[in-house]
Amino acid sequence: METTAPQLFKITFDGIEIEVPPGTTIMQAARKIAEADSTKMHLAPPAMCYYEPLKGSGGKCRACLVKVTAGSAKDPRPMPKLVPSCITAVQDGMIVENTTNEAVVETRKGIVEFLLLNHPLDCPVCDQAGECHLQDFAFEHGRVQTRYEEERRTFDKQDIGPYVQLHMTRCILCYRCVFTADQITNKRVHGVMNRGDHAEISTYIEKAIDNDFSGNVIDVCPVGALTDKTYRFKNRVWFTKPVEAHCDCEKCSGNVTLWYRGDEVIRVTARKNEWGEVKEFICNTCRFERKKTSDWTIEGPTKVARYSVIMANKYRADLKKPDFGLKVAASQYKQIDDSRPFVTDNEAIRELSKENNAKANQRSLAEKN
Amino acid sequence: MPVKILTEHINVPGINTFEVYRKMGGYTAVEKALKTMTPDEIVEEVKKSGVRGRGGAGFPMGMKWSFLAKPEGVPRYLVCNADESEPGTFKDHYLMKNNPHLLIEGMIVSSFALGANKSFIYVRGELMYVIHILEKAIAEAKAAGLLGKNILGSGYDLELVVQPGGGAYICGEETALLESLEGKRGNPRNKPPFPAVKGLYQCPTVVNNVESIANTPWIVNNGGEAYAALGVGRSTGTKLISVSGHVNKPGVYEIPLGITVEDFIYADEWCGGIRPGHHLKAVVAGGSSVPILPANLILTLANGDKRLMTYESLSDGGFATGTMLGSGGFIVMDETTCIVRNTLTFARFYHHESCGQCSPCREGTGWMDKVLDRIEHGKGNMRDIDLLVDVAKKIEGNTICPLGDAAAWPVSAAIRHFRHEFEWHVTHPLEATKPGAVYRGEMELV
Amino acid sequence: MTETTNTVAFTPERLAKAQEIIARYPDGKQKSALLPLLHLAQEQYGWVSPEVMDYVASLLSILPIEVYEVASFYTMFHLDPVGTHVIEYCRTGPCCLMGGEDAYGYLKSKLGINTGETTPDGKFTLKEVECLAACGWGPVFQIREKYYMNLTNEKIDEIIDELSKD
Ligand SMILES: Cc1cc2nc3c(=O)[nH]c(=O)nc-3n(C[C@H](O)[C@H](O)[C@H](O)COP(=O)(O)O)c2cc1C
Ligand code: SF4
Ligand code: SF4
Ligand code: FES
Ligand code: FES
Repeated sequence: METTAPQLFKITFDGIEIEVPPGTTIMQAARKIAEADSTKMHLAPPAMCYYEPLKGSGGKCRACLVKVTAGSAKDPRPMPKLVPSCITAVQDGMIVENTTNEAVVETRKGIVEFLLLNHPLDCPVCDQAGECHLQDFAFEHGRVQTRYEEERRTFDKQDIGPYVQLHMTRCILCYRCVFTADQITNKRVHGVMNRGDHAEISTYIEKAIDNDFSGNVIDVCPVGALTDKTYRFKNRVWFTKPVEAHCDCEKCSGNVTLWYRGDEVIRVTARKNEWGEVKEFICNTCRFERKKTSDWTIEGPTKVARYSVIMANKYRADLKKPDFGLKVAASQYKQIDDSRPFVTDNEAIRELSKENNAKANQRSLAEKN
Repeated sequence: MPVKILTEHINVPGINTFEVYRKMGGYTAVEKALKTMTPDEIVEEVKKSGVRGRGGAGFPMGMKWSFLAKPEGVPRYLVCNADESEPGTFKDHYLMKNNPHLLIEGMIVSSFALGANKSFIYVRGELMYVIHILEKAIAEAKAAGLLGKNILGSGYDLELVVQPGGGAYICGEETALLESLEGKRGNPRNKPPFPAVKGLYQCPTVVNNVESIANTPWIVNNGGEAYAALGVGRSTGTKLISVSGHVNKPGVYEIPLGITVEDFIYADEWCGGIRPGHHLKAVVAGGSSVPILPANLILTLANGDKRLMTYESLSDGGFATGTMLGSGGFIVMDETTCIVRNTLTFARFYHHESCGQCSPCREGTGWMDKVLDRIEHGKGNMRDIDLLVDVAKKIEGNTICPLGDAAAWPVSAAIRHFRHEFEWHVTHPLEATKPGAVYRGEMELV
Repeated sequence: MTETTNTVAFTPERLAKAQEIIARYPDGKQKSALLPLLHLAQEQYGWVSPEVMDYVASLLSILPIEVYEVASFYTMFHLDPVGTHVIEYCRTGPCCLMGGEDAYGYLKSKLGINTGETTPDGKFTLKEVECLAACGWGPVFQIREKYYMNLTNEKIDEIIDELSKD
């Protein structure tokens, strides 16, 4: 047969047509739509495990499930199940529904609930608050209350080396840090132990993650499970000021974001794109040891690029967003007083979780007796 | 007497040795295949036989074989799935320990048909004693020139490796099995790519169940049409059924597909009826993951016809009134069985066996286990029952591999058909938590 | 049985067996030998300690973490010391229907220990496992490679008394 493959595949995503090269995933196509028009940022499916710079990532969290209502022009049948958009390649003529599909929205609520089952609802005391993807995900796609009344899984905080702290209780097992250690360091010493809901990130026997690039696991972690021990005066991220800077580094590109409080550099991270993905991985020297302004050439303030409900102040219910997803999200927060700041709201959730935890503990106590 | 394809000689003393197996006509299929047939001709016969995968999904074996990619210069693999771990299923165990040469003969014939020169039998690690039996049989076959280089002068080489698992039900899922065989954690892969294109070591691979492969010598000897003549409609041939629970004669039976469920349970030839003084309450017909059915629904279809032991008849009525043949793990329960308790052990099983990669299964299986545990122990409330149904629904269809579905189905089916028992546990916590307590209210027994 | 030595190494016979196992996979795929080697190691030491896992890693030229990840995934590997005889009994539905709960209850009371515990003399460890593919022959437990099926209280007496002798 003498047919030449078309140069580009045309797909329809939430009613918007776009042409992309073969091999593009649904997620990449959706992000392309969003990148071209920032009012469409919210159309891109949420990603809790997929991380474009990391080979093999994605497919696990199921946050990005979408409905394919037509597989391709050649075979326009719908796909029977929702598919993970981050690892599903587009076909010419494919039609995808994300925020416009009720089943997708409903399923996503379920995914939020699952991811929060064993996650402490203590955002107010977590260092990641404000830049936590799970927090965003929950605010935008979740329900307001958890129906989970059982005991939560907890772990002690653990230092893995002088720079990185692991708080496994918060981990959502996205495997990003494992891919990072595999792909950009030469000797991985941490990994996933055990299985099922007992699975945990660990070094198994006490070992320090000690490698020039190991600090990058902090940047890729979507939640507050891996944190920077040198991050001084831990702070709510919204009180800090990010600044782009670079230095002449013999190990990495030296392109970083400096986070200031007043005149003080309180932490150094890699630069991230609007999807929260690291643009260039940086070395540990830049990240952990260059904490003086004089170490750096300042380029100017960072535009907070990442699409974040928290950052964009979208956690408030009074925002009337035209899209279905946000409407659904907003309708869930109806009962929340619009004027209340975010922390208070979280406090409420925290109270609820404390209550639930207490109930669960009582039950297990009663059982033991 | 119905035709026995897999178990005809299983009780012959010494059938596990090469001499006796050979004397009973064993390895003639290898001779016929290697000397008189081309690989494609064998694939053709398997297609004609209509034999469907016996591991649970029932996918036509010949079709699976014809999907195998055959790029130049890339090895292809055949991997036999002997991980058998689905609760209620123990037929592969029975077959391998009693008649190991039948599987080996099938592996030779099938490997030849697929052009594989190194094939694996992945056996669950707990069955280490069966692994030794298989290894001994392989050594005998090799000594007889039926394995190794230039088998029977045909120019065809084959090496068979028996690989132990390490204790993980999930490694029965074919891509998890391949990961495990590569020395990794048994995390199922996202599909596509399918094993037929990228399987073991990223090479084209066919994964088939023990029983599926054990059918191939007979098909080679007698032809695909003869096989297709057995059974009913698209359920061709025979099927091994593992029976456990409250029947007079639990064990493994090779049945012609198409007998009635009623015959199977009550005839002396098969299960021999429910144990004396008791009555049939419910059956899980195809391994723990398939929907449980109450007595009346397992015996008869919605239209009043008798239900048959076939893929089609068992699934008649969809999940509303039907179930699935699955792996053929037939679990029979009489009126002394507490459905809540039984469902809890299944939920606990899937919770324990989830690999933990994807969030709906990792979190959802644990949630269902814990809620069921509360209900069983008299600490549930009515809301919990609907919660279970909803959690099951949120898992189903949204996971990387079908373990999520397998975990969801038993819970939703038990509530669908035995909701009153769950409610009774909630409303009568004191009674329900007495040892051996069973709901004795309104219930149809047979 | 659960010896801990500082210099972990396979016995010469097991080392030869290990080499044979490693050689059966295609070139560069020696990691496939990981599960068989862990079984071999557990057979020798009774459990797999971190030192044993590091040793297995070195035999296969892989990172220790790759072994920890795998060993902790599969339930057959004992990552902590265990008694001489590990009794692994099936707790899944079909075995319960076949009378498992009574049989295991008897077993526990006979040994005076609960699941996950070891008798004070270090002879027996009790472990709960899921379906062992012997459902119709239940109740079932396994000790090392051997299956004990159709368990009754009398049978349990016999087995335990026999094993208590040595
Ligand atoms: C969770 C899970 C467990 C499975 N366990 C087994 C098993 O123990 N044995 C088996 O043959 N197939 C099992 N399967 C089915 C296999 O994935 C695969 O479909 C089968 O081995 C293909 O062989 P067949 O076509 O000959 O049936 C399992 C599937 C899933 C999802
Ligand atoms: S520690 Fe963070 S990056 Fe690593 S798996 Fe857990 S959530 Fe993902
Ligand atoms: S469905 Fe369960 S077993 Fe399958 S990949 Fe997901 S977590 Fe693992
Ligand atoms: S982002 Fe696609 S499954 Fe996690
Ligand atoms: S349920 Fe115990 S062996 Fe299957």
